[in-house]
Amino acid sequence: MLTFAKICMVSLVAVLARWCVSLGDYSGAGKPPMFGDYEAQRHWQEVAVNLPVQEWYKNSSRNDLMYWGLDYPPLTAYHSYLCGLVAKYLKPDWVALNISRGYESYEHKLFMRYSVLLVDVFIFFPAVYWTFAARKPHLTDQDASVKSYLLMLLYPGLILIDYGHFQYNCVSLGLALLAVTSLATNHDVLGSVLFCLALNYKQMELYHAMPFFCFLLGTCLRDIRRGGFWRLVQIGLAVLATFATCWAPFLLDLDTAKQVLNRLFPFARGVFEDKVANVWCSLSVLIKWKQMMTLEQILKILCVTGACLLPSSVDLLCRPSFTKFRYALVNSSLVFFLFSFQVHEKSILIPAFMLPLLVKDGQLVPYIAFMLLYPLLFNAFNPIRPDTAPPTDTQFCISCVGQVFLSLALVIFPPPAGLPDLFPLVISVFSCAHFLLFAAYFHYCQFTAGISVHHSHKTKAANGKNSKTVSKAMNKATVENTTKHKSMANKLKLRKKKHD
Amino acid sequence: MSRNGQDTSQWTLDYPPFFAWFEYALSQFAGWFDKEMLKVENVNYRSPATILFQQLTVILTDFVYIYAVKEIYQYFRSIQAKTADLENIFQSSSLVQADRHMSAAFWFALLLNLKHLYLYVAPAYFVYLLRCYVFQNKSDGSIDWQSLSIMRLLGLGGTVISVFTLSLGPFIMLRGLCHAYWAPNFWALYNVADKMASVAGTRLGFVPPGNQTVSMTGGLVREFDHTFLPSVSPLATLVLSGLSMMPSLLMLWARPRGPQSFVRALILCGFGSFMFGWHVHEKAILMIIIPMGLLILERKTDASLFLVMSTVGHYSLFPLLFTQCETPIKIGLLLLTTIYAFSSFSNMYKASGGPTRLPLLSFIETLYLLGLLPLEVYTSLVHPLIGLSQPLPFLPLLLTSVYTSVGVTYCWFRFYLNTYMEQEMSRSSKLEKID
Repeated sequence: MLTFAKICMVSLVAVLARWCVSLGDYSGAGKPPMFGDYEAQRHWQEVAVNLPVQEWYKNSSRNDLMYWGLDYPPLTAYHSYLCGLVAKYLKPDWVALNISRGYESYEHKLFMRYSVLLVDVFIFFPAVYWTFAARKPHLTDQDASVKSYLLMLLYPGLILIDYGHFQYNCVSLGLALLAVTSLATNHDVLGSVLFCLALNYKQMELYHAMPFFCFLLGTCLRDIRRGGFWRLVQIGLAVLATFATCWAPFLLDLDTAKQVLNRLFPFARGVFEDKVANVWCSLSVLIKWKQMMTLEQILKILCVTGACLLPSSVDLLCRPSFTKFRYALVNSSLVFFLFSFQVHEKSILIPAFMLPLLVKDGQLVPYIAFMLLYPLLFNAFNPIRPDTAPPTDTQFCISCVGQVFLSLALVIFPPPAGLPDLFPLVISVFSCAHFLLFAAYFHYCQFTAGISVHHSHKTKAANGKNSKTVSKAMNKATVENTTKHKSMANKLKLRKKKHD
Repeated sequence: MSRNGQDTSQWTLDYPPFFAWFEYALSQFAGWFDKEMLKVENVNYRSPATILFQQLTVILTDFVYIYAVKEIYQYFRSIQAKTADLENIFQSSSLVQADRHMSAAFWFALLLNLKHLYLYVAPAYFVYLLRCYVFQNKSDGSIDWQSLSIMRLLGLGGTVISVFTLSLGPFIMLRGLCHAYWAPNFWALYNVADKMASVAGTRLGFVPPGNQTVSMTGGLVREFDHTFLPSVSPLATLVLSGLSMMPSLLMLWARPRGPQSFVRALILCGFGSFMFGWHVHEKAILMIIIPMGLLILERKTDASLFLVMSTVGHYSLFPLLFTQCETPIKIGLLLLTTIYAFSSFSNMYKASGGPTRLPLLSFIETLYLLGLLPLEVYTSLVHPLIGLSQPLPFLPLLLTSVYTSVGVTYCWFRFYLNTYMEQEMSRSSKLEKID
């Protein structure tokens, strides 16, 4: 069968899965006064299309920032503006200033769902396709890239959050993925520009900023005698130009720029949002962080995050390689998720741990369907399967049983009186323990990754073991992790062959 | 559930009794989800639990279909392994085995009592079972009239009658010739010819203008009074359907070559009823497409016909899924199955397309199938956008049914021709063997 036909079919399956989820409810459907993320996105369209650029992030009588004030970087705002223009053309009621709050209708829901599908198909799908097409063909499995494409597109976390909960994560993730692939194919400047765009769409991409910075700086420094300096200048100029373009309307006066920054990094809010599987939330069982938070402590948290980030970053800076870069992306995002504050569950797109959020949104049925489907698909289509044992490890099973049990508990049993948040909190702690283990494991992978390139023979066995564990871990790793490790394992194999 | 209210609901139960029993069985579980949905007064009742329950029942009963597909798959695998004789095992859309004629009769009677839609193909079952179970063949393949087995006839009849005694098939002839939206059959072409003739007649002054407006609006709702061509009575449709089936049944009777010719007759009966039946529902086209899928592995011509038929047939179901949110799903599913069918068939038959044609198809067939794209774009995008939804609400439906009925009619002719050729070829090869 033609690869083209296969790619078409896989894409269609992915679109169908997305659309089926989107038939359900969205976050905050019919729940005044604040509604949910769906209303936030609609509200931004309303603000962007009716107010001049400089007022988008400013509190005023026309723009009440207490009601879903814009708190994403400019590219999100521009995107909202474009969507708002279309909405205004189709039906002005959808984005009428101040009077359209909480607007909900069948047609409007369709419009919003289509707006997600459009950017998903035109940004995320090609990004994933390119990621796998750019890779050298797999040695034994002809369809490895099609299978990876399928697995990546059907990743449940992203689908449930974007099409159930309602968000546009596919844009920033797609751009970041494109950036990683650009670096893989030695298009450093293009990669930097794409990453800046991703960062300017969602500040959440800061999770990946450190590895990008260290990798690019590290390679430039390494090649300083062979044109590395010139490349560094090029990259620096490209980054500055991209930022300047994105921020141009807000740079006209300093106050506006400050105001935007203030909106993007709201240090005034608490240390974490809902029940999140990070360290601060887990520790709050013992210590009541929320009450005793001061600016000083916020700074301390920043320092902790920075310190945890340091080992992986320094390693990458001193011994830059693409393999290490990929591990560093995982490590950096895990560290950020675990230790930084004001974290939202969605920033780690892992379904098992988003359960409390999804139940709140009435997304239970699609959640169950996907959680059953994905592991099956994963086992059937995992391209590195031949040299790995099936994931029947005891640890993996224990972890799965734990997940199932907690999920059932959350859905079926009413929480004991006096402890209404018991189950979400237990799920958070449970997940946090997993993430800590993953962080430790992937750090180990990164530090040992450099060795495999030089001593290919010795590390053959180690590679096999790595990919085995990696494949097990993948079910849980973030979207980015999933691809990176899979492609990582394949890369390792290729490289091994080359050295032999 | 609870469709059995007399005047309480517009949804009177219009399926045969076993279907009612099936619904009754489901209602036993419905109470677990939401008791309110079982109250007869609650017409148009909906709650999240009700919707969840209704959809779960569809998913669960779908496993019957999955089971049938699995059986067919195993049957074809065994053909490929050349271990099984074609005569030995055969599965049809329900469970039919050539060796198990009695169980086939039982299952079919049961089926008929679930949905009277299956009456469409009943003649094929009747002739095949009578010919192959009640009578035996002579050594040259012709019928041995002496071999009439009374016991078998009684057994077969008894099975069927005992299933039917559990029910009384209600048939409703009160509805119009065509369903609310015209199924893509002969009558769609007939109606359109009539309409065009009456428009032309009005222009030329043959017909008073008053008549025309009546049929324009009334035609797509219930009864259709033809202005130019003679109106059609239920009896006429019955006779026409019967006539259109006759050749296929005669061929089956004359030379039954095992399950394959039975499936061919089954499909042709489905075609006959679909093309000329009274008040045909669009979904009845599945009665043709699904058995046709059983033939794709054997002959290239059947495979290429299946490609045309399934694409057009499934497209003709689009108007049934009319809500906007279903649009991506129906288009996605159609594209998915069509791309899969084309790529796997061209792989199987080592056929490749050219610059002007798709694999396995001729230039005209390709052009016809690609014509569905502009048709879909017009009906779902252009028509509402240029503001014709109000003055001409039925035009998209009309275009869809006329366009697809051309394709379905073409497939019917071609399939008859294929079946006839097959019959002739098998006869000549058999004669050669005897010589």
